[in-house]
Formats: sequence, C-alpha cells, structure tokens
Amino acid sequence: MSAASHRRHDVIVVGAGHNGLVAACYMARAGLDVLVLERNDYIGGAAVSRKLYQDFTYSNCSYVCSLLRPEIMRTLELPRFGLQIIPYEGGCTMMRDGGHLALYDNHDALRREIARHSPRDAEAYHRFSRDIIRQCKFIKPLLMREPPDPTSFKPRDLTELLYLGQRLNNVGEERMYDTIRFWTMSAADFLDEYFESEIVKAHFSGSSIIGTALGPRSPGSAYVLLHHYMGDIDETVGAWGFARGGMGAVTAALTASLQASGGAVRTAAPVEQVLIRNGRARGVVLASGEEIEAGTVVSNMDVKRTFLKAVAPEHLPEDFLTAVRRFKIRGSSGKLNIALDGLPSFPALPAGAPCVRGDMHITDTIEMMERAYDDWKEGRWSAAPYVDMLIPSQIDPTMAPDGKHYMSVFVQYCPYQLADGPWTDAKRQAFGATVIDAIARHSPDFKSLIRHAEIRTPWDIENEVGLTEGNIFQGELTMDQLLFNRPVPGYAQYRTPVKGLYLSGSSTHPGGGVMGAPGANAARRVLADLGRGGTR
Amino acid sequence: MSTVAGWDAIIVGAGHNGLVCAATLARAGRRVLVLEAGDAVGGCAVTREFAPGFRVSAGAQLLHQMPAELVEELRLATHGLEFAATALPTTALAAGGEPLAIGDPGALARRSAADARAWPLYDARLKRFARLLYGLLAAPAPRLGTGAWSDTFALGRLGLRLRLLGRRDMREFLRIVGMNAYDLVSDEFESDALRGALSLDAVLGTNFGPRAPGTVLTLLYRLAAESAAGPRALAQPKGGMGALTAALARAATAAGAVIRTMAPVTRISVSEDRAAGVVLGSGEEIAARSVISNADAKTTFLTLLGAEYLDTGFVRRVDHFRSRGVTAKLHLALDRLPAFGVGAPAALGGRLLIAPSADYVERAWNHSKYGEWSASPAFEITVPTVNDPALAPAGRHVLSATVQYAPYAPQRGWEAERQPFLAALLGVLEAHAPGLQSSLLATQLLTPADLEREFRVHGGHWHHGDLAFDQFYMVRPVPGAAQHATPVAGLYLCGASCHPGGGVMGIAGRNAARRVLAEVSR
Repeated sequence: MSAASHRRHDVIVVGAGHNGLVAACYMARAGLDVLVLERNDYIGGAAVSRKLYQDFTYSNCSYVCSLLRPEIMRTLELPRFGLQIIPYEGGCTMMRDGGHLALYDNHDALRREIARHSPRDAEAYHRFSRDIIRQCKFIKPLLMREPPDPTSFKPRDLTELLYLGQRLNNVGEERMYDTIRFWTMSAADFLDEYFESEIVKAHFSGSSIIGTALGPRSPGSAYVLLHHYMGDIDETVGAWGFARGGMGAVTAALTASLQASGGAVRTAAPVEQVLIRNGRARGVVLASGEEIEAGTVVSNMDVKRTFLKAVAPEHLPEDFLTAVRRFKIRGSSGKLNIALDGLPSFPALPAGAPCVRGDMHITDTIEMMERAYDDWKEGRWSAAPYVDMLIPSQIDPTMAPDGKHYMSVFVQYCPYQLADGPWTDAKRQAFGATVIDAIARHSPDFKSLIRHAEIRTPWDIENEVGLTEGNIFQGELTMDQLLFNRPVPGYAQYRTPVKGLYLSGSSTHPGGGVMGAPGANAARRVLADLGRGGTR
Repeated sequence: MSTVAGWDAIIVGAGHNGLVCAATLARAGRRVLVLEAGDAVGGCAVTREFAPGFRVSAGAQLLHQMPAELVEELRLATHGLEFAATALPTTALAAGGEPLAIGDPGALARRSAADARAWPLYDARLKRFARLLYGLLAAPAPRLGTGAWSDTFALGRLGLRLRLLGRRDMREFLRIVGMNAYDLVSDEFESDALRGALSLDAVLGTNFGPRAPGTVLTLLYRLAAESAAGPRALAQPKGGMGALTAALARAATAAGAVIRTMAPVTRISVSEDRAAGVVLGSGEEIAARSVISNADAKTTFLTLLGAEYLDTGFVRRVDHFRSRGVTAKLHLALDRLPAFGVGAPAALGGRLLIAPSADYVERAWNHSKYGEWSASPAFEITVPTVNDPALAPAGRHVLSATVQYAPYAPQRGWEAERQPFLAALLGVLEAHAPGLQSSLLATQLLTPADLEREFRVHGGHWHHGDLAFDQFYMVRPVPGAAQHATPVAGLYLCGASCHPGGGVMGIAGRNAARRVLAEVSR
C-alpha cells in the first residue's frame, strides 16, 4: 500500500471519465486535495483513445467532440494542456438507392445541395436552422445550472424556478408554444413540419435516435435531436470536430489540467464500495480491500451502478432505491472500430467533395430507422441499421500509420440483451457482419481494405467501461428523466441520500455526450456545500 | 326556413359537443341554430341499424367521460336519458386461458401476489393524479405570456394544485406524466394480462403504441374524465349512445335551440373580416353573429373556411395537426351470445379487452406505422345486448368492438384489404369465443377511412386529433385557436379538436359556449 493511500483526501472521485475529471479539476482548482480512482488501467472512461491494433488509434467509445462546453475548455485551459479540436469539413447521408445528400458547413452550399432534392426543403432549411438555434439558445444557459426541486420552498429552488419561468416567458407567446411542442414531439412529426424530401428528413432525424432507445416516431425524440445540436451552434470555432489524437485527448488534457492543480489520478483502482459511517460517506473500499478515506466522495459512475452496486442498500431510503431501479438506462447502440489498409471509395459521392471528411450516415427514410427501432424492441440488432461513420485519420494523421485509415462506425440499434439469449462471440461477429455489409453496399472496396475490426455491443461497453447497459448517456433522455427528474426526482442537485456522496456523471442534469456540464455542476455543488464558493 | 331570423349562433354539426354547446347557449337565452349534415343528430355518438333489426352504437360505444355535473346541469334524465347498465366491469380476455377481471383483488391475487399488493396503491395514486388532471381538463386552456390576469391565475392554480398533491405525489406525478405506459405498467406489475389491459386503455383511439412517451398522459386523461363522471362511469345508455345525443338534442330544443338535419354546411362565410354565417349544400345562406364549428380543426379551417382567411403559419400548423385515425370499428350480428368464457353474466355485459400483453399492443401498433393492418390487433369489445336486449331481435345479440390498429390508408387500399382484415379480426375473436363465426348473421367493419366518411371527421380520428403533449392544453388543436376562439372573429371551435380533446365528455362544447357568451356580452 502506498503512503499516499494513508492520507485522508478531501475528495475522491470514482471514475476517470470526462465528467469525473472535469469535476476533479474544478475542485482541485478550488484548493481541495482530489484523488480520482479509475478501475481500468487507462484514463478516460468512454472518452478514450487506445491502440488496440498495431499503430492504429481507436476512439473506441465516443468518437466526436461536439458538446464540450466552451466555458469548461476555457476555465480548465484545455488547449494549453494539449487539446486541439479539428473541425469537420462536411458530411453526407447515403441512400440505399445510390442517392446521397452531402453536408457542407457553408450554409449556402448546403442549401443548394438540399435544393437538389427539394427546392421547397431548401427554403424550409432556413426556417429549420433558425428555429433549432432558437431552441438551443433557450436551453444552453440551463446546461450549466443546477435544476431546481419544484417541490421545495427553499429560496434557491424558488429563485431557480422563477428563472426558468422568466426565461420561458421572455421568448414570447408563439415561441413558448414552439418550445413546448419541440420538447414533446417526435422527430418525425417535427421534421414533417419543415421538410418533404425523405432523405432530408432522414438525415436530420439521425441525431434524434443516436444513443437512445427511442425511434424517430417516438414523442420526445425531437429533444434528443436538439441535444445533439447543442454543440453545433457554439460560436467557438470547431465545436463540432475531431479531437486530435482521438477522444482520449480530451481526457488526457483534463488529466494534465488536474495534475497541474495538484490533483491525482490512480488507475487500476476499481472501487468496490463507498465507505459509509454514521450515514456519511467517508471514503471508498477498493476491490483489493484497500480503504481510502475522504471527506467527500463524488461518483462519476451512473446512478444504477453507484447505488445498486457500490452503496449498501441499508444506507438508502426504499423509495430512492425503487426510483433508481426504475431509472431507464437502455443499451441501444453498438460500435465498430475498423483499421483500414486505405481510404475506401464511395462511388455515389462526388469525387473530391469534403463530405467524406466528416460524418457519413447510411439511412434513407425515417421508416428505415423506425423499422430498425422495431428490431431493437424485439431484442434483435437492426437488420438495416442506422450507421454514423467517420474516418478521422483523413484529418488527423496521428490516428493511423501513413496511408492507412481508422474508421469509427456508430450503429443504432443494438440491444443489450438479445431475445434469443446472451451475446456470444458468434452473435457479435454476425452483428458486425450486418454493419460491414451495410457499409459495403455503398463502398465496393471497403471489405477488402479491412485489416482489423473491433466489434462492440452494449454488453461489451458495459463490461469494459462500466456504463450500465453500455448506454452512452448514462440514462435515457426522456421527459421523465430530464431536468429536475434526472436522475431521481428530489435528487437532481448532484446530492444523494448519503451525506458527502455526490453524483457527477451523465446520469445527472443535463445528461450525456462529452459535454462536461454535469461534472462542472457537481463540482460547484460540492464546493458550495463545503463553503468554498457559491453555486447558482 | 327563415334566413332572416337573426341567429345569435350557428353551430356546425350536431355531435355531442355541438349539442352541449347549443343547449348551453340556448339556456342563456341565445337564438341558436344547429346544422347537421346527416339525417340524425349525434355525430360519433349515435345508434344505427347495421343489419335488419340489429342496432349498435356506431362510433363511441360506452359513456364514461361525461362529467356528472354536466348531465345534471342539462337535466338529461328528464330529457329521456336512461342507462341500461352503469359501473361496467372490465375483463381482460385470454384465449384458452382464465380471463382477468381488472380491479378484482381476488382474481389478481390468483395471477400474482405481488400485483395484488401493488394494485391498490397504483390505482389510488393514479386516481389522485386523475383528479388533479381533471381540474385542468374542465377549465379552458390559458394562453402563455399574455400577462392577462385570468391566464396567470389559471397557471397559478395549476401550480397550486400540483403543490397540494404533497411532495411525494408531486414528484411522482411530474415524473410519470411524460412517461410511456409500457414502462409504467412494467415497473408496477408483473402480470402480462394486467400490463396489456392497462396499456390498451392508454392508447385506445390514439395513433401511438404503449411504448410512446406521453401515453401515461392519455391513460390519465381517460381516468380523469372517468373520475368526474362519478359512480356512473363506464355506463351504457339505454338505446345506445344515440340515446345520449337524443337527450342532448331535446335539452337544446327545450331551451329554444333549433336543430336542422340534412343541412350540410359547405362554407363558413366571412364578411368584413368576421364570420358572418354559413352556406349550405343547397346554396341556402344563413347569417348569424357567431359561427361555432363542431367539425374538426382541419375541416373547419381548410375546407369550410378556406386558407385564404388565415395566415400561412397558422395554416401550416392546422395542416400538421395529427389526425390520422388508426382505430377501426367492428359490428357483428350474432344468433347467440358469444362464448368468451368470462363466467358471470355481468362481465359479459362489460368491457372485454383483447390485449394479452403490453408487447402485444406495441406489436399491433408497429404495422400501422407502415400502412399495414395488424393481424393480431387489440380489441375493446362490448356485447351491448346483454344489458339492452332491445338492440337486437329477441334472442339475438350484437357485438361491438373498437379495434387497434388499422391504418387510415393501407398501402394496397382498403378495397383490397378489407376482406383479409375482417377475416383476421374474426379469427382473433373466434380464438377467444369459440363458435363465434358459426353464429354470425351480419358484419360491418368501419375502417378509419369509413369513419371519416360516416362521421365527417378528417382522418377518421376518434379524437379529431392525437392526444399528445404537442397537441394538448394550450396548444390544442394549434396555438392561436386553443381557447375556442379562432383567428377569424366570430368563428369558434367547440369539438374534440379543442382542449380537452376527444371522448364523449361535452366539456369542449360547454366551454366553447361559455367563451362565446363572455365574448359577445363584452
């Protein structure tokens, strides 16, 4: 046992994912002695880059940097600690019939491309982007705030409720109705109000299903669409882009920032239990039996893993436990990481267009995605999946050896549990083959270029990263699990029923994505409770 | 008919809401003319002969949502409303298995001890939430951001009601109200029969499966109106649902309203930017100070009024009001009682559900998303002749079923799909009531397309439009027309397209009348 472990820390953060590290950075900067414990022998949680095959670097969970709050990047000086974000140069959606929609970051070019499919939709695109940006502007300030408890009469909660009410009121009557509708509609219905062309609707509805156990026709999916747009409108250059060196670069920069403030990270230190004495968190017990003491414990694990695995039930009220058990964390996404001998060709796309240098999707109708969701509901991976793929090595040469490429393929939907029994290696291979075949239909040389493919099901993601059911958001982003309901009504303020134990992961407001907001908000709550600074 | 009578109000359509509106206005001394396109009043609440000697409630089949206070206020009993049965039981059928009487603790305990323990708590909690929601349904929807005292008051009262639930209930309400019914019933219960039955109640008449977020709201909606209907809830009017609207018509005419049938309105006329009257199919023009439409929002604005009187944003919203029906109606004439094996005769006279699990209901919905009908649909069945033998010749029976889900426009068209769909429906019924097919004397299947034609409801939608958060309360049917008044002065809505929505409830009609009274007296 190292000498350091005898020391009582101010704060232990359980899990070196991006939110845990963000929380740790803020607390360390406020002068606390912070130790982050990570069960894996590498840092990053689901924001990692790993060399799993030769000299190829895989961002093997999260794969784009879109949502990270600019204020966090600035405050924690992440660029100084090595984070470099390279913007996308485009994107595309490919249809099964050979058609495509190319995406350009130039608004006018994009309009012209949409007009190729429907001149009316090109007109509507202006209205669509204006409305989306309006909704984002409404929501964005709420991301870095602690949600109020609407049942409380405490001044902070009342003030915050009033703030929410006033913000809503300030947008004016018409916009208020739009906001209500936007938060509750299905993506399919929402997009129907703007567009007529199937590919345009299919393209935009892609973001409404990524990571979520909803279909594009499920009410509430329009909000998920918005959730993915939040990064898109930041004035910060390159808010949508690749982290140079892979997503691990984000957590590496956070770690460097943390260490510069005096905090420490210990890997290969799986926390087994939160140590609780007299109703208060006192530290943690590692799997090895080692006890590490701390005045405050911040769990970056999801709410189920924290309270159903790491806290003994006798410390928790029955109601709370029931609510945690009922919290919906559903595995719905799979991932393939592929090492390629060269750049695959996509004959349908215009030669030399920048659209291969961003995210490429395979889908052509909302119906196709809805049917893919129906498969998931029945406990099968989608026979015709929605695919979101990127080849970051085109832009970031550090990801693959010269002339070779790394491709990240995100797949919706893939169930955590199959109807016909547990995942086996044969089923995993069959799932991978379904996805590879779907891509190969658009790229004749794709299969021959594959040197290695890592196939990850929700089950694999859970086992490796520790996310329950491999859910990338640590919990569904549905109305019953947002804002003051997230993760548990009455406990949306990063506190838990155990004094001194806090949550900082995406199970808390405002939810998932490599955003960092939950971590920053949790740190502010801890600091306020310790009398070390205010919280909003 | 005099066109110079100087009507205070013309009501377009003699559905239950139109009649409630007419009765309320007439009782306040207004000169009211109700114009009905069909040959009888009633709209979707009618009794029709579908085979010689066999009569059935052709649209809505049970009365469970009309508030007791409204029945009293309009003195429907003195106007001839009688009930063949009230407080009808609900039974979940199981093909070849034991049916489950919903709400019967003993029956539930035989299924699952855990469910029997959970039921009373669930039932009581949902009923508390339903009462809260009823407060919201009964009052007109406020507008947002107007700063008007009445709107602020309405929102404040809503907030207060929420607070008065107490902390625990309030938290639970705010959590579950946006949830999907599938998750709620799966969290609470383990029995598939119970989960299925509750899931079906959550989606009856609406274009969603139980896994769609927002279906807990529709479940609560049903319970909310039921709670206000009092002990009579789930009642079968004697003579079918047409008896209810006949009583409403008598209440209206007794108060001085005039009702004309076979008088289809083809246009709402506008003069000097306000609704000035209507034009009938015959070309006859009738003037009035107000026109109140019981027709659905799309028919009212896009067909009867015309988009030229509305701004484009409003028209776009009306155009996108989701009103595709996915509910079909099946009527069977039988030469004997169907053998559903539910034991007690009272059960056979109640509501019988075919929804063996929540997944079954969800799968049934899947098909309708792609313009297919479900070969294993969910049913809400009644055998109205058990309680009201006069609906059929002596010894004969009527089966009336609401079927989920049938698409409005199947890919091959209903002409091609009608027979196979009917055969599938009869096959499912036969599995639950062996011998049913051999007792068949006549059948009538009303697809959503038929319902659209029969009842003049756009899309054949049971509730005029989906009941969902984006079409609820201050955004139903669309912002700008959610408080009964419309962008055209003098034109009002009073049907199920308005808040609070569908179901034979009558609140929309009453609130529209109150709105007109308040406006005109101003």
